[in-house]
Amino acid sequence: MQTSYDLLDRRGIIMLVLLGLFALIVPICALLVPKTSLFFMPPYVVALLGKYLCYALLALALDLVWGYCGILSLGHGAFFALGGYAMGMYLMRQIGTRGVYANAELPDFMVFLNWKELHFTWYGFQHFPYAALMILAVPGLLAFVFGWFAFRSRVTGVYLSIITQAMTYALLLSFFRNDMGFGGNNGLTDFKDILGYSVQSDQTRVALCVLSALALAAGYLLARAIVVSKFGKVLIAIRDAESRTRFLGYRVENFKVIVFTISAMMAGIAGALFVPQVGIINPSEFAPANSIEAVIWVAVGGRGTLVGAALGAILVSFGKTYFTGALPEYWLFALGALFVIVTLFLPKGIIGTLGEMWARHRTSPPKPSDKPSNMPAAAE
Amino acid sequence: MTNVNPTLTNSLLYLDGICVSFDGYKALRGLSLVLAPGEMRAIIGPNGAGKTTMMDIITGKTKPDEGDVYFGGTHDLSTMDEASIAELGIGRKFQKPTVFESHTVEDNILLALKAPRSPLANLFNRTGPEQKTRIEEVLTTTRLKDHRHRLAANLSHGQKQWLEIGMLLAQDPKLLLVDEPVAGMTDAETVTTAELLREIARDHSVVVVEHDMTFVRDLDVKVTVLHEGSVLAEGALDHVSSDPRVIEVYLGR
Ligand SMILES: Nc1ncnc2c1ncn2[C@@H]1O[C@H](COP(=O)(O)OP(=O)(O)OP(=O)(O)O)[C@@H](O)[C@H]1O
Ligand SMILES: [Mg+2]
Repeated sequence: MQTSYDLLDRRGIIMLVLLGLFALIVPICALLVPKTSLFFMPPYVVALLGKYLCYALLALALDLVWGYCGILSLGHGAFFALGGYAMGMYLMRQIGTRGVYANAELPDFMVFLNWKELHFTWYGFQHFPYAALMILAVPGLLAFVFGWFAFRSRVTGVYLSIITQAMTYALLLSFFRNDMGFGGNNGLTDFKDILGYSVQSDQTRVALCVLSALALAAGYLLARAIVVSKFGKVLIAIRDAESRTRFLGYRVENFKVIVFTISAMMAGIAGALFVPQVGIINPSEFAPANSIEAVIWVAVGGRGTLVGAALGAILVSFGKTYFTGALPEYWLFALGALFVIVTLFLPKGIIGTLGEMWARHRTSPPKPSDKPSNMPAAAE
Repeated sequence: MTNVNPTLTNSLLYLDGICVSFDGYKALRGLSLVLAPGEMRAIIGPNGAGKTTMMDIITGKTKPDEGDVYFGGTHDLSTMDEASIAELGIGRKFQKPTVFESHTVEDNILLALKAPRSPLANLFNRTGPEQKTRIEEVLTTTRLKDHRHRLAANLSHGQKQWLEIGMLLAQDPKLLLVDEPVAGMTDAETVTTAELLREIARDHSVVVVEHDMTFVRDLDVKVTVLHEGSVLAEGALDHVSSDPRVIEVYLGR
């Protein structure tokens, strides 16, 4: 039974193997196979799959805080968007004189706004290492400061969820403003190069898609290493009985702020990989609905399972792509219905329910000791 | 700490004139209690007497409006948070058994085990052989050895109570606060629990809150009777149970 404590359990291995295969197959099908072949993968599919994988990484990050520590963040989309903006700023500065106004220093929107010099927030973003640092540091710092105040003043449950939602909404409003210096409601787009390679080329698309798969695998390993450590056991303890954990001498707020910050940085990386693949980042990424959708991914796939979160993100996003193509008006209803159905009939999500069935099947006399990462009976 | 009160400096726990009110309702009114090092004390009193609130004060969950709370003669508990109080060496068992339901019995003990509490130390923790031995000991003492791999959620009510006591033992505090350990237990379990607590009291100071008079009699220690937020009587069980005021408010209900 100790298997669930190991860094890699059965589901983890399956997920990593699938991601590995994916990383091999996509380059072959997209670049090597002739375009007429049945196995040819057109570039738009590559970009779509890459996008799903970024969502999966966001879901994984959310599951780390919600599934294991009971922090229901309704604002994780903000960290994703901030990572995306950091990447977008790097990409904007790579455009150089190829912009509409051919200004080597200033992105088009700044020229359009009649700005004479680069907004100070953009300094350094022409260097990829600096941008990469910001992709981690900006979401991480916001999460740290937010968490520091929220967790120290012991805001929990619904109240915490509401203020995370307010946080992303406030960012949405500020990023809409032109004078913030991030392109206003148009956001950042028309990217040309990333690290010297054209973002439009098939090879770059494939590379980004494969990188997204690798980032998901790495994110999974990191999250898994955290949750199987004693630190992770403390997180679960906090989720199950926060005040009990305090009376054992653990400073709950410190554990929360650390895991929240790590999770925000993972979300930032997901956003950074997302932006060059979709070719745009604008304030709508901060929309509260995005963050809520991420919660639904995790609930559908199975909260507190990591693998389930990733699976849920991919399945629901696939459903969204399909629905918004076939029956665009009904997508939101379908999403709402899905959430209700999962909450009522699959409270442990797909992976949680499968895991339970597997455990029951394997041990004929019910030995309930199989899954230490069960969901709590009710969220605190 | 210019206070040179001899009871303060010799005592492990010193409560003096504690008042607490919730929305105007005075739950504690001038409660005073002194516990000597190594002592075991039983606290009885009718529902709402303030027994649990007293434990909340000692463990930092509730701050007193008035009065002094000192631990070990020098630590002012009213200025400390739960985690620091726990690290000083005060452990607590809740009235409603509170264990980590989705952890195994063994992991519940592991989390309680005396060890560094900082996030980093826990991130890179390796459970060493001494810790494993200690977990074995606690599992044996609390008679949970055969259940070590079960999820705490699946234990019986009595077993959860024991597990929580086991977590206290693992924490190895100087002072254990035990709130109604035998509530909802069968008679046999109650007897075993009394045995367990006496065993623990050999090398720890213990405060036990209990309604069950047979159990309190079994413990055979000094008894404090609380009533409406202050101490009504104190002494041996036979002594307090013959006190007419105690009979009136509590025993003669
Ligand atoms: N957080 C709180 N807010 C409001 N009132 C409270 C709070 N905690 C306790 N009280 C009130 O204070 C009084 C004392 O409660 P306490 O729980 O300490 O009693 P008790 O002696 O432990 O009783 P029992 O035997 O029922 O456990 C009760 O009237 C209770 O309703
Ligand atoms: Mg009580």
